Amino acid sequence: MADYKFHILVCGGTGCQSSNSHEIMEALKQNVADAGMAEDCKVLMTGCFGFCEQGPIVKMLPDNTFYTSVKPEDAAEIVAEHIVKGRKVQRLLYVDPENEEHVSDAKHMEFYKKQMRIALRNCGFIDPENIDEYIARDGYAALAKCLTEMTPEEVIEEMKKSGLRGRGGAGFPTGLKWQFARGYKSDVKYVVCNADEGDPGAFMDRSILEGDPNSVIEAMAICGYAIGAKYGRVYIRAEYPLAIDRLSIAINQAREYGLLGDNILGTDFCFDIELMFGAGAFVCGEETALIHSMEGQRGEPTTKPPFPAESGFWNQPTNVNNVETWANVPVIFLKGADWFRSIGTEKSPGTKVFALAGKINNVGLIEVPMGTTLREVIYEIGGGIKNGKKFKAVQTGGPSGGCLTEKDLDTPIDFDNLVAKGSMMGSGGMIVMDEDDCMPAVAKFYLEFTQEESCGKCTPCRVGTTRLSELLTDITNGKGTLQHLEELKRLSEVIRDTALCGLGQTAPNPVLSTLRTFEDEYIAHVTEKTCPAGKCQALLKYEIIADACKGCTLCARNCPVGAISGTVKNPHVIDQSKCIKCGVCMNNCRFNAIVRH
Amino acid sequence: MVKIKSLEELKRIKEQAQNSVSLRVKGDNIENMIQIRVAMATCGIASGAREVMNEFVEALGEEKIDNAVVTQTGCMGYCYAEPTIELTMPGKDPIIYGYVDKAKVHEIIDKTIKHGELIDGIINSQHKTIE
Ligand SMILES: Cc1cc2nc3c(=O)[nH]c(=O)nc-3n(C[C@H](O)[C@H](O)[C@H](O)COP(=O)(O)O)c2cc1C
Ligand code: SF4
Ligand code: SF4
Ligand code: SF4
Ligand code: FES
Repeated sequence: MADYKFHILVCGGTGCQSSNSHEIMEALKQNVADAGMAEDCKVLMTGCFGFCEQGPIVKMLPDNTFYTSVKPEDAAEIVAEHIVKGRKVQRLLYVDPENEEHVSDAKHMEFYKKQMRIALRNCGFIDPENIDEYIARDGYAALAKCLTEMTPEEVIEEMKKSGLRGRGGAGFPTGLKWQFARGYKSDVKYVVCNADEGDPGAFMDRSILEGDPNSVIEAMAICGYAIGAKYGRVYIRAEYPLAIDRLSIAINQAREYGLLGDNILGTDFCFDIELMFGAGAFVCGEETALIHSMEGQRGEPTTKPPFPAESGFWNQPTNVNNVETWANVPVIFLKGADWFRSIGTEKSPGTKVFALAGKINNVGLIEVPMGTTLREVIYEIGGGIKNGKKFKAVQTGGPSGGCLTEKDLDTPIDFDNLVAKGSMMGSGGMIVMDEDDCMPAVAKFYLEFTQEESCGKCTPCRVGTTRLSELLTDITNGKGTLQHLEELKRLSEVIRDTALCGLGQTAPNPVLSTLRTFEDEYIAHVTEKTCPAGKCQALLKYEIIADACKGCTLCARNCPVGAISGTVKNPHVIDQSKCIKCGVCMNNCRFNAIVRH
Repeated sequence: MVKIKSLEELKRIKEQAQNSVSLRVKGDNIENMIQIRVAMATCGIASGAREVMNEFVEALGEEKIDNAVVTQTGCMGYCYAEPTIELTMPGKDPIIYGYVDKAKVHEIIDKTIKHGELIDGIINSQHKTIE
C-alpha cells in the first residue's frame, strides 16, 4: 500500500454539513482523481473543528493549512494549487481581524491559542466512521489497561483520584458516583449515557458524538467493568440524526472487533450498548425523567432518593453520566489521574467544552482548561463583541443559569466560582449579550422556554413559571408596576425552594440574576415605561424633531400605517396612537430627524 | 473484521492503523518537521520527480525517520536542474538540491537530514519558499 502524501480533512460537523460540506468533499475527491493523485491524496470527513463561524472548514495535511468558508466551487483551485503546485490558496485563509494578516496554521489563530483539547481530542482529527483511526490514537487501550491490569476497585480509585466532575451540569464527582453504583449488589446493572442535550444553543455533546463516538463507547465499557454492569444504553434525542448515525456505525464496528459483546479482549468481561431515542424534551435530560422515558413511561422526574445508583432503569442500579464526562474518561486512564489533576483548578480539574453563541465574533465550539477567565474566552478566543458593540452580559448554564457581567469577567471559570457568582456551569452553553439586549426580555425568553418545557407534574413549576412569564410579559409591554418586581422576586424564591426537580428549582435563576444585576433596567420598564436597550417594541416611541425635519415627506409616504402627517417643507408629526413602531421612518429619513426613545 | 482477543492484537491493529493518522500527527507539529518538497511540474515529472518522491517516502520509512514529511510543489524555476527538491530543516532556511536521483536521495538523507551536512548539488541557498 502506497502511503498517502496528503490528507484533506473536510469538516462534517452539523454546521459545516448544512453549508454543503458533503458536496465539497465530493468535489475534492473528483478533482484529486482528475489530477491523477487519488493514490497520493486521501480526502476524508471529520467531526467539528470548533470554528463553525468560519465554516465550512477544510484542513490540508501535512502542512496543516486551515481553509475557511470553502465552497464546492473552490475544490478545483485547492487541488490544482495546493496539492499539485504546493501553493496555498491565499483567499481561503483565515484573516486575523487585528492585523489583517493571513494565518494558515490554526495554532496561530487567537481562537485556538488558549484552547486545550481533551474531550474534543479527536474531533476534527479522525474519521469518526472508521474505528481504526480511533484505535490508532490509542483508542480502546484504556479499556484494555483496565481489563487486564486493574481491578474494578482500582479503576474507581483512579477515577476518584482524577477529580473528574460530571459535565452534565451539577458537577458531581464521577468516581464517587461509580463507587455508589458498584456498592449496590445486583446481577443486572446499567450504564447510561445522557445525550439529551436540551439546553438552547448548546451543541457540545452532539459534536463529541459526531466527531468521536468511540470515546464514549470505550468509557461506558470501562464504567461497566468498574461497577459490574453488562448493559449500556445511550439516551439520545431523535433530532440528532448525524450523531445517531455515527454512534450506530461506531457501535457496530466495535462489535465486529469484539470490543463490545462477550469476552471483550479475551477476558470474561461482557458489555454491549443499545441506543434509545428521546423526543427532545428538556426535562428528559434530568436523570430520573430520562430513566422513566427509557422505560416507555412519561418523561417525568421523581424525587431522589432513591438515586439511580440504587434504583434506576427497571429499578436496577444505574450509573448515568453525560457525554462530555464520558469523553474524558479514556484519557484519564491513558495519561493518569495525576496528569488530569494538573490541568484546570484544584476543585475542578480538567477542561470544559463551551458552545459560544450570541453577539460574539467567533461563534463556535471551544474547550479550555478550567480556570480560564470569562475575559479570555470572550475577548481572546471569542474575538470580542460583534460589530464593535459594548459587552453587557454573558449567560452561562442556559435556562438554569444566570447572567454574569463586566465585573465578573476576570473570574476563573469553574463549577464553584460560577455558582458563587449567582450562575452555574450547566452543560456549557455560553450566550453573549451586548448593549442592545434588554435583560427583562432575556429573562422572559428563558422563562418562556422553561414554561414550555415544564412537565407539569408539580404546581410550583407548572403554575409558577407561567406566572413568572406573564409578569415578565407585562413588564416588557409597559404594563408593569413596582409591585410586579416584588412579585417576581417572591415567586422566584418560592419556585426555587419548592419545585420537585432541577428544571423547576433552577428556572427562576435567569430572573433572579438579572433582577440582581440589572435592577435599574427593570425599574425603567415599570416606572418610566422605557426600555433602555431599545428592544421592547411596546415601550419604544418614535418622534420627529421639528427643527431637524426638512418636510421631505419621505417618511409619510413610507409609513405602513399612515401614522405620519405633514405638508411639504413643513415639519411632520407622528400620531402615536397609530404608530406600530416598525422603525421604517427612522431608517429612511436622510436628515436624522427621527429619534427613538 | 477479525475479533481482537488480546492486548497484543489490539496493539497490532493500532500499528497497522498508525499510518493512516501519522501524517496528521506530524501536521499538528509541522514547525518541527523536516519538510521535503519535490518540484512536480511537467519538467520535473519528465525527468523523474515522481520516482524521487517515492524514493524519499520509502527511504525515510526504512530509516525510521518519522519527523519528516514529503510533499510536492510546482515548478520552482530551476527547470535546467530537474528533478529539484526543496529541503527545510526545522528552524532553518530552505535549501534547493538539483539533479536529484535515487542515489542522491540516499545521500541527502544520510548526510543532510541525519547530520546536517550540506552536500554538492545545492543550486540556491537564498531561496524563498513559495507559500
Ligand atoms: C432539567 C434538567 C435537564 C438536564 N439535562 C441534561 C442533559 O441534557 N444532559 C446531561 O448530561 N445532563 C442533564 N441534566 C443533568 C442530569 O440530571 C444528570 O445530573 C447528569 O446526566 C449526570 O451526568 P454527569 O454526572 O456526568 O454530569 C439535566 C438536569 C436537569 C434538572
Ligand atoms: S419542577 Fe417542573 S419539570 Fe420538574 S417535575 Fe415539577 S413540573 Fe415537572
Ligand atoms: S423623512 Fe425626515 S426630513 Fe423627511 S419629512 Fe420625514 S422626518 Fe422630515
Ligand atoms: S415607526 Fe413605523 S408605524 Fe411608526 S411612524 Fe414610523 S413608519 Fe410609521
Ligand atoms: S461544524 Fe464545521 S467547524 Fe463546527
